[in-house]
Formats: sequence, structure tokens, C-alpha cells
Amino acid sequence: MGDGGGLRADLVLEYPFTRTTGPVIGAFLTGLREGVITGIRRSDGTVMVPPVEYDPVTSEPLTEIVEVAACGEVVSWTWVDPPRPQSPWDEPHGLALIMLDGTDTPLLHGVLVGSAAELWTGMRVEAVWRDERVGHICDLAGFAPEVPGAVA
Amino acid sequence: MSDPDVPPSALSGDVTLPAVLRDVEPVRSVRTPIRLEYSVTAGSAAEAYLRAYAEKRIVGHRSPVDGAVFIPPRGVDPRYGQETTEEVELAHTGHVGSFCVTHLPIPGRSDLVPPYVSAWIHLDGSAIGFLGLVAGCANEDVRIGMRVRAVWKPDGELGPTSESILHWEPTGEPDVPFERAGNRAWRAGGPDGRDGRQERGDA
Amino acid sequence: MRDVAVVATAQHQVAALTGTTEVQLMVPLLNAVRDAIGLTQADIGFTCSGSSDFLAGQAFSFVHTLDAVGSVPPICESHVEMDGAFALYEAWVKIQTGAADTALVYGYGKSSPGSLRDVLALQLDPYYVAPLWPTADAVAALQARLLLESGVSGAGELAEIAVRSMRHAVGSPHAVRSSADVTVADVLAEAPVADPLRPSDIAAEADGGCAVVLAAGDLARGLCERPAWIRGIDHRIDAHGLGVRDLTRSPSAAAAAVGAGAGDDRLDFAELHGLYTSQEAILVRELDLDDDLLVNPSGGALAGNTTMAAGLMRIAEAAARISAGEGDRALAHATSGPCLQQNLVCVLEGE
Repeated sequence: MGDGGGLRADLVLEYPFTRTTGPVIGAFLTGLREGVITGIRRSDGTVMVPPVEYDPVTSEPLTEIVEVAACGEVVSWTWVDPPRPQSPWDEPHGLALIMLDGTDTPLLHGVLVGSAAELWTGMRVEAVWRDERVGHICDLAGFAPEVPGAVA
Repeated sequence: MSDPDVPPSALSGDVTLPAVLRDVEPVRSVRTPIRLEYSVTAGSAAEAYLRAYAEKRIVGHRSPVDGAVFIPPRGVDPRYGQETTEEVELAHTGHVGSFCVTHLPIPGRSDLVPPYVSAWIHLDGSAIGFLGLVAGCANEDVRIGMRVRAVWKPDGELGPTSESILHWEPTGEPDVPFERAGNRAWRAGGPDGRDGRQERGDA
Repeated sequence: MRDVAVVATAQHQVAALTGTTEVQLMVPLLNAVRDAIGLTQADIGFTCSGSSDFLAGQAFSFVHTLDAVGSVPPICESHVEMDGAFALYEAWVKIQTGAADTALVYGYGKSSPGSLRDVLALQLDPYYVAPLWPTADAVAALQARLLLESGVSGAGELAEIAVRSMRHAVGSPHAVRSSADVTVADVLAEAPVADPLRPSDIAAEADGGCAVVLAAGDLARGLCERPAWIRGIDHRIDAHGLGVRDLTRSPSAAAAAVGAGAGDDRLDFAELHGLYTSQEAILVRELDLDDDLLVNPSGGALAGNTTMAAGLMRIAEAAARISAGEGDRALAHATSGPCLQQNLVCVLEGE
């Protein structure tokens, strides 16, 4: 098993993937295109964001899509530097689990601040929308520190 | 036959939407392309094989079990999981073991103009075949057993790649008889004299 | 239930393989485990492996690796796109059914040609998460921060786990990261690379492979002087959504330990497949291990993580120590998925 001596070849695997969404994931993505965030109500009354088709605890089908707030609180975070080539962000950014107001499961997304020093658990953030939206998780450019007094 | 776009009703219910989503066209699909990049190194056996092409040589590995020669060499006799290290230089002639005429173009491969013939090329001295293009004759003249020779790129364009061989052309010699053409690794006896084909109950 | 034991193990692990393919890697390992007990491939009733096509950049890559096993005449074989530990579980089940008395199990991974952090991003929810391409380290960092800020574990505890791993790994031929004199202060002085995780909190990436032979009953006793008997084996999985479960816990790990009967008797040591110090801290609690139990005498996956084999290596390490008389009863753990989503527990014992 000696050293190879250096012949290398670049290999790129690319798959186009257009995924059908069904009525639940489709509803969430439709909401993003329309500039709103949605969740789904579980039988115990709590709201899951993002919505999934079946309750992860009870396995029952979930059907009640509800609009939720587009602002909330960071429950955990990390700092991504450098961003991966395929990621939607070109600059270092925060990555966080964000509990939107009135919901019970946090959403994973980016936090648009300049350094890790500007991130903390419990900070309030609000959605930043892309101007052109198509029905994709990246219709959200990320979340930014909430402007005090802004309407949720 | 059920509609493939409608989930079975027992497994889901009708989704209710908030007012803001009720009268807009729903999203039904989303594009999520992926891209993974690799920088692949050749194993030691493959490296020697590729470098040999730059010297206009074709090499395989001989099995220590029964002398069967494998190409491309991978450092192992795949029948028995035994390491191979003995390099064998192979002739640039052989025969067609099987072939396929392709009529559809491959995206990104405009150099392969359909209809073209790809074939298992069984080099003289090798137990198995490897993939090559056959050209220099009408596609309908290609047949199992047809004897071929390598057509190389000009000397100045050779490199450590199997693309140093442009294609395989018929030599005009008499065919290898059908019953002797193709994969002979089955027929080489194993360490116990086992014949792979007989083990499977083949004639 | 049939008594099934690990009767032979072999491993190889380095920081990166260059001139060696996965096939060339596995040929000596597979031959070593068979030769150690005098079996040929024809004597093996079932062969099962774990590996990842995304790691290899090739669909059905495991079929290619069968070149290393030798499949003439044809063999009874299966494969999981998972760590080899889960292949071992399938092989154990096969033997339980009576369809085989011996099994050859292997796991391998060569992540160095690609980008492991990008490959692992693709195991996340394809609609909501994967398009954000969060790296495995970033996802683990979210879990680590929750753990630290909950007060359940402190930064010092995690640094101690890192130090212990590096010290245990000294002298191991399979360790990629080891140090006899690293201190907690050294680790805490490292700048985080995935805040709050520091480089020493994160398993050292490696290429390699592991092979194991299982045998049943008296056959095992005839093949090996001191077989490592599988007294219990179980695996469970939690929901995949990162926001749906409490990431400071791993109910599937706890359930697998109960299912495998880990607590039925005293353990001499445990080999855990935590890929981050934070995950090892969670596992020690979820598996209900005593505070003074020897954890990862090999250094664990932190000292060298071959994706798709690190879990099987934990089983191999535990079995080898038991067979060598360095312990009587041990717990080996393997994980899969982000943030300890899926967990396997294997309890091994010498007679």
C-alpha cells in the first residue's frame, strides 16, 4: 500500500433534484413565497415549525396549518466561518435554532450578524425576506436582530 | 389504479390552510440541487496502469491463485479477495467479447457521436474484458469474436489516461469462435479446481 | 436465542489514505480475520458490510469493495448504507434465524478525497435544512451549546473528555490524535472552530476499515480461545427533526442500552462512538454509566473517526480487549444521524 505518487482526478457529483412537496411541506413553502411563516398544530395544541406530515411522537397525520410570527428568540446558535461553497450565504454568519413567538419547536436558519460576539441565546430576531421568493427555505435570507418596536 | 399525486386517504387527512394561503397557487415542488466535489487519487495498481498508457503500454495484474490476468488492475483478484502485485504487459490486440450500439447522445459527451459502439475488449492474454469503443468499420459489422487492435493517439498526445487509446479497430483476422470468446475468468479453475460456472449449475 | 460471539477482529486507520483504494485497504483486513481463525470465505455463512456511497462518490460502491472479499463462488451478502456496527446487527440477526453460523462483517470509509462536512449535510431534512448546507460540526455545536447552557455539562467536563481520549489513545496503532501530556487548560485555550466546539472537542477525521467475524455457540468456542459473547444488542432511533427533540438527551441511546441489558451486571469499560466531547457527555448519562467507569480505553472515535467504521471499531476494540483478558464485560456503542439520533448498544462478555 505505497504512496500513490500523485495522480489525481477531480470528480463532481451533481444531482438536479426537483422534489414534490405534498400538501404540508408545500403549504410551508407556499407561505414562504407569500412572505409568511407557517407551522402545524399537533393534537396537544402545540405548534410545530417547520410543519411535518405526521406527529413525531404519536404518528397521527397532522393537517392544521397555521400562520406563525416571523420573529422570536434564539435558543441555540453557532458561528459558521467560512460558509460552505454550496450554502446560501457568502459571508460568515450565525446558524441558530430560533423559537418563533407562539410556537413550540425551533426553526433552523441563519442569523445575519457580523461576528459571533453579536449572537447570544435568548436574543430576539426577526425574519429577513429575499425580494424574489419562489417557495424555498432560502426565501428567508435569514434572521436579523429584531428592531425594537417593530411590528412582528 | 390510484392517482400517484394523491396520497392514500387512510394515511393523511385534508390539510386546512390559514386565510393567507387559501387563494394562492400552492407550491407543489421545490428545486434542491446538490453538488459534491472530490479529488480522487488512484490506488497504486491503478496509478501504474494509467501511467503505462503514457508510455503506450497496457498493463494488467496476474493472480497468484491461478495466473488469470485482470485488467484494469486493482491490486486484487476479485474472485478470491487475494492481493495481486505482479504486473503483466498485455498485447494491443484482442477480440470483442460483447458490444452495444448506442443511439442516444450522452449529455456532456459531444465527442461520442451516436450511433457508436462500446464493447468489452478482451485483450490477448487477459482473463476479462474492459470497456472500449469500436470504430473503423460499419457498426453492423461488429460482432462477438471480432479481432481488434488499439488505435492510439499520436505519440505527442499520450498521457496517463485510458483515453490515450482512441478506439479499437478490426484487424481483419479470423474471428475468435463464439464459444471461446469473452470472459474466461469463469473457466480458470480456482485453488481447489472449482469452476465458477459449474458452482452455479451452468453447463 | 443463540449465543453469538466476536471471534476475530482487524482494523486499520490513518489520517488519510492516498495510494490505497478501499479495496486495497480491505484485502489484508478481511484475510487477517479469516486467517486468524482458520476460515476461508467458503466457510463464512453470511457477509455484511457498512459503507457510504456519498463518501466514495460512487453509486453502489460497496459492490466494488466485494472484490476484497472474493465472491466466486457467489456468497450470501448484504450491505447497509450505515456504520458497520449496524451491519453487525444484521449479521447477528441472520445467525439468530439459523440461516448462518458464521458471519463476516466489515465497515470502511475513505472520506479524505471528498468533503465529509458537505456529505454529512445531505443526511439532513432535504426540504428545510440541507439547502442551508449546515456542516456536521455546526449541527453538533448547536447541541453542545444547549448542553453547556443547560448547566448539565460544563466546558471543563468536555475538555476533560478530550484530554482523556488523547491520553488513552497514546500507543494505539489506530489513533490519529493522541497526546500523553495535553491538559484541560490546553484544550480550553483552543479557539472554537464551531462555537462552542474547539478542535479537540471534534473527532479527528480518518480513513480506514474494520473487519469482524461472528460465530455461534460451540463453533465460536472452537475458533477462538476466549470469544467475546454478545450478551445483548439493540438499536433505536429518534425523530430526525433537530427542533423536535431535546438535543441534550438521547432517548434512543437510553432505550438501546435497556434493550441490550447493559445494566444487568457490572461493566468493566465502555467504548462510545461519540463524535464530539458533548456527545460523549450525553451518552455517559443516557447509557447510565458509572462516573468512575473506564470510557474509551482506545481513545474512542475522538482519537480517530473513520466514517462508516468508527462504530464497528468500538465493538472490535471492546471484543479484542475482552478476548485478551483485559476485562470481562463491556458496552460498545455506535451512532448514526445528526446529534445522536440513532444509537446501537452491544454488550460483550467473556466466559
